[in-house]
Amino acid sequence: MNKPLLSVNELSISYRTRGRENVLPALRRATFDVERGETVGIVGESGSGKSTLGNAILGLIPVQKGTVELNGEDITHVSKNRRRELSRYIQGVFQDPYSSLNPTRTIGQSVAEGLTGIPGLGKSDITDRVEMMLDQVGLSPKMRVQYPLELSGGQLQRVSIARAVIGSPEIVICDEVTSALDLSVKAQIINLLEKLQATYSLSLIFIGHDLPVVRLVSNRILVMYKGLVMEEGDADQIYHNPLHPYSLALIAASPVPDPGIQAKRRNDIISVRDPSRTTGSAAPATPLPDGDGCPFAPRCSYVIPDCMTELPRLNSISATHKVACIRVEEIRAKLSNLGVVGSQLGYHSEP
Amino acid sequence: MAKLILNRVISSIPLLFVVSIVTFVLEAIVPGNAARSIAGTSLPPAQYEALRVKLGLNLPLWKQYELWIERLLHGSLGTSLFTNQPVVTELNSRLPVTLVLVAGVFVVCTTIGVLLGTLSSIHEGRLGKALDALSMVGLSLPNFWVALVFISIFAISLKVLPATGYTYFTQSPMEWLKGIILPIAALALAPITIIAKQTRDAMLDALGGTYIRSLRACGISERSIIWKHALKNAAIPVVTIIGVVMIVTLSATVFIEAAFVLPGLGSLAVQATEQHDLPVIEGIALYFTLITVAVNLLVDVAYGWLNPKVRVS
Amino acid sequence: MIGIENLGDVISVHDAESVRQGFIKRVWHKPLGMISVTYLVVVIVACALASLIAPYNPLTQDLASFQQGPSLAHLLGTDSLGRDVLSRLLFGGQATLIGVAEASLTASVIGITLGLIAGYFGGWFDRLVGRIVDLIMSLPTIIILLSVIIIFNQSMLSAMVTYGFLGSMAVLRVVRGGTLAAREEQFVAAAKVSGLSNRQIIVRHIVPRVAGPIIVQISIFSSSALVVQAGLSFLGLGIAPPAPSWGGLIEEAQQVLLGDPWLLVPSGLIVALTVLALGLFGDAVRDTTHERWSSGGGFSRKLSLKHTSQASEHSTDNSEMPIGAVLSVRDLSIARGSGRVSVDVVSGINFDLFPGEKVGVVGESGCGKTLTMLAIMGLLPKGLFVTSGTLRIRGKNYSLSDPKSLAGLRGTEVGMIFQQPVPSLDPAFRVGHQLDEVIRQHFGISRRQAREKTLELLGRVSLDAEVIYKKYPSELSGGMAQRVAIARALAGNPSVLIADEPTTALDVSIQAEVLQLIRNLVESTTMSVILVTHDWGVIADMCDRALVLYAGQIVEVAEISELWNHARHPYSFELLKANPHFAERGKPLPTIDGRVPEPGQRPVGCYYSPRCKVSSEDCDLGAIPMVSFGHDSNQMARCIHSERLASSVGES
Repeated sequence: MNKPLLSVNELSISYRTRGRENVLPALRRATFDVERGETVGIVGESGSGKSTLGNAILGLIPVQKGTVELNGEDITHVSKNRRRELSRYIQGVFQDPYSSLNPTRTIGQSVAEGLTGIPGLGKSDITDRVEMMLDQVGLSPKMRVQYPLELSGGQLQRVSIARAVIGSPEIVICDEVTSALDLSVKAQIINLLEKLQATYSLSLIFIGHDLPVVRLVSNRILVMYKGLVMEEGDADQIYHNPLHPYSLALIAASPVPDPGIQAKRRNDIISVRDPSRTTGSAAPATPLPDGDGCPFAPRCSYVIPDCMTELPRLNSISATHKVACIRVEEIRAKLSNLGVVGSQLGYHSEP
Repeated sequence: MAKLILNRVISSIPLLFVVSIVTFVLEAIVPGNAARSIAGTSLPPAQYEALRVKLGLNLPLWKQYELWIERLLHGSLGTSLFTNQPVVTELNSRLPVTLVLVAGVFVVCTTIGVLLGTLSSIHEGRLGKALDALSMVGLSLPNFWVALVFISIFAISLKVLPATGYTYFTQSPMEWLKGIILPIAALALAPITIIAKQTRDAMLDALGGTYIRSLRACGISERSIIWKHALKNAAIPVVTIIGVVMIVTLSATVFIEAAFVLPGLGSLAVQATEQHDLPVIEGIALYFTLITVAVNLLVDVAYGWLNPKVRVS
Repeated sequence: MIGIENLGDVISVHDAESVRQGFIKRVWHKPLGMISVTYLVVVIVACALASLIAPYNPLTQDLASFQQGPSLAHLLGTDSLGRDVLSRLLFGGQATLIGVAEASLTASVIGITLGLIAGYFGGWFDRLVGRIVDLIMSLPTIIILLSVIIIFNQSMLSAMVTYGFLGSMAVLRVVRGGTLAAREEQFVAAAKVSGLSNRQIIVRHIVPRVAGPIIVQISIFSSSALVVQAGLSFLGLGIAPPAPSWGGLIEEAQQVLLGDPWLLVPSGLIVALTVLALGLFGDAVRDTTHERWSSGGGFSRKLSLKHTSQASEHSTDNSEMPIGAVLSVRDLSIARGSGRVSVDVVSGINFDLFPGEKVGVVGESGCGKTLTMLAIMGLLPKGLFVTSGTLRIRGKNYSLSDPKSLAGLRGTEVGMIFQQPVPSLDPAFRVGHQLDEVIRQHFGISRRQAREKTLELLGRVSLDAEVIYKKYPSELSGGMAQRVAIARALAGNPSVLIADEPTTALDVSIQAEVLQLIRNLVESTTMSVILVTHDWGVIADMCDRALVLYAGQIVEVAEISELWNHARHPYSFELLKANPHFAERGKPLPTIDGRVPEPGQRPVGCYYSPRCKVSSEDCDLGAIPMVSFGHDSNQMARCIHSERLASSVGES
């Protein structure tokens, strides 16, 4: 059997809150694979652990439990030197285009940093490759000698992408790369990533908070909440037929730009919800004291007492779809009865 | 709050411990130790030995330290090698003068500095430039030199204030006041400008805050915005710098007391240095450290009062 | 989440060219930098060459000519023993400056090394170093120096090295702090991911980041070392007379204060000027560093244009303001810069707001959405000002170019909430106190009454009033803080609420709650809402009408269903199409090439024309007016080719 390119297994990370023994779980038993040429989207709100997951794969933060395997090699706790060699295979792009580039170094110097892991490159080789790469990401090769200060946010993000891709890595982790950008620029960057993925047959992990954006670039999507993977499935499945109450809430909460559909959605969403429950309005975002219970239970409209004591496992409900909810079958039944799925959430504007 | 203070007090114990060890070890290992200092080089070896025994210098180092600490815990810092007076007595008689200077500088530079800084944050133009110029002068003139210039102007030429010396408050409050004006002025010049500049920067920072815009959008009066909201938010860096400045001022009293011939701890330190009177210097080091600890404690208390985050956690 | 505030884009002005110059060159190009460096070099060289250039031997006494003022023979006069003051200054400088160098070198070596290590690697070493620094910084510096002088028998070297050690703690603290901050930069994370070694990262990314602060700190330290060195000699504990030193010269001046005050002048001035030069040098370095590293984002051209008012149709819609409108804005233009060199940022804004209406203001960053709202509040940031504009609110006219006249409207007629909910609240006061203050400001009622009203307000925004009343803003989540901000904005019963990107910084599920809250509040009153956002979904969810802004102009006004079904301006049309909601996977998203032109670089005719897919030569001839569509519709767009647009975004 073919090994997946990247394999994340039961990965757990905790942050120690300062001064106290209290340990905050940032990531709990995350498990998933990334195949060659595949894009896996990771969606979640702040505190969901999605960036922690990305940083852990990149080796930027230490891992307490679980493993990350790249091409079958366990890279969870590799030596510093090996980690540096791995930069040839695994790269990252981050959210803030301004802070991602050192303002005192030229664009060319920054992009060339992406070639660090490749030995035996001469100065002119590097210059050639940098210029070619800048062209690839839609920038003028002349920009090599410019400084970040002279570029716009969208252009800077292209530079960051160039730095990540120039060494032809196998997988690039994109952490909220479009979140700080304006709508029209966002679309440009998304298109660029798609193009590069095709050109270089890259695998991507695309981390974001905006499901409509993430599903556009992703083959598969993981929905995360408070460190747990809540649902995993094909992008369209998650976007059009989500089954976890949190995914439902996430999609319902994100308004669509068609006023007619949005008005209808608003009413439908209210009817899907249990009316006696406002979604935990103003409930303080306290982490659960221990690992027991579903972290979404306090805000969930489908909650039953068992949810408070039982940590839901991510169970397969079909070949490609996994959901971490103990009431998933009831929810599926209810949703199909209501006909809510897809149409009522407003993505198929049926009459 | 009480916990905060307790924490600070406990955490300053190692500091005092270190001060005691450092000064003690210095005394013990120096080439010309106390006995040699007192005796000079001409003393016959036998008498020198006797002196060493008398001073306890023949004992092992740890034993000496133990004795030293034991005495310290009984409130004794030994006797001056020069006057043979108990060091504590000597220091206590000198302490009030130094404290008066430090307290005076605190009052003067806090009020004037904060006022000047706040005003120049509102009227950035001329007042701001004036403050910049003033601070350049205030920061670059060494205070002992300023002291001499003050003496030369106000005491020698104008003859309005006494040049040197100290009158105790109990003797004549008026003369006491006249006597401390010039020393405090010389000491406070630099601190005023440091505090004013820090206040201005912090105020400008605070006034640029998002919440100030929001407060204005709610219709809060400009007076309340400046003197209540901005000033309280600007206060933390200002308090920090006041703490730092007071500790620097404490050191500066050494020069100023020497220039004005004031009977404080600073001039005693100079005198003790000239006389190689190490027990006295050690005592002063301990006193200065205690004052520093007290200043830091006050700063912490102020933080707690100003910053809700400190208080809540 | 979108965290970059749009305001910075419009008002920050960077000189991109200057980044290219080397650091040293840039310090040199500052007047203060040049003066201070020149002075320091001259003094150091002169003292070093004292034996060559000094006119006299510094120790030669000439009792015949003692205590003389400046003369040709003795440029700075003579002292009480008739020695030449200039020569003594030059020779004295040697001992003094060597002392300063010893101290500074010690401080730099210890401070920089330990600071970099502690800051970059962190962990137990960092904590240990932190403790030690705290401890050493609490030691009484001067007294320690005096002890060292006793022990090492007036050795200036050991005193200055000790001072350097004690002072290294301040350097260490600065280096550590800078390193810690630099370590958190995303470009350091990117460098790690790119496989750079720790040494490479420190050399390439960390050291340049902290170099400026290090130089500043060391120049400050050097000046303090100079004062201390001079001070010790002044006390007679440093360089032993008759050998000259700067401090010693001041001490000698003190001896003859009564007879010859002149001696104070040269000795004091040389110390003061050197300290000053070190300080100014530090300032110049700090300014340079600041310019180099403040990559705020956005526009980076120098302001070089004269004030060019490009909106040539200021009076188009200036005529009548509808009677029923609660708020009308006419001919609002905003410029940045100073009177002589200023450039239009926002121009010719006209719109009306009716009671109970919810109007969205939409556009990308840099289009002037927020500035327009701040101008209505009279709260434009420094460097920006209203060049023209009238605000009519409930039948009364106000001049928008006189922000002071608008102060009375804030909170009572118009309330506003902002993008960053937690920073919008004063961190130093409890939530309840802040609301009480606003209420008392508006109604002049007692504390107790105000408290009651506050609790009621907090209840209205669905918060647990009693609990939240006692909280500090830092204890609130973003959603709670935004509710508090809404409550505060409503405290004065305004007829208009301006919400500037109120949910952009919030998670999407919290956004839904806050929007629902605003919707409920509007439904229960006649309050009108202006909602500034970049998110078409929020517009569709919340608003009746929308204004589309592009490059400081309104380009389209329409009811939201009309906008969606028949956008009449290509910018609205393309922006709606770029929305990812309905896009199909695998197909490229529709995009708009290029970016919003900066103020001062906008084209003559239609500002959108260079990016437009339907533009023609006519578009560039002159300013495009707003055109009305249909009789029964209020839709208006600033476009002469509306008919070229496909009928609906949804269908295209």
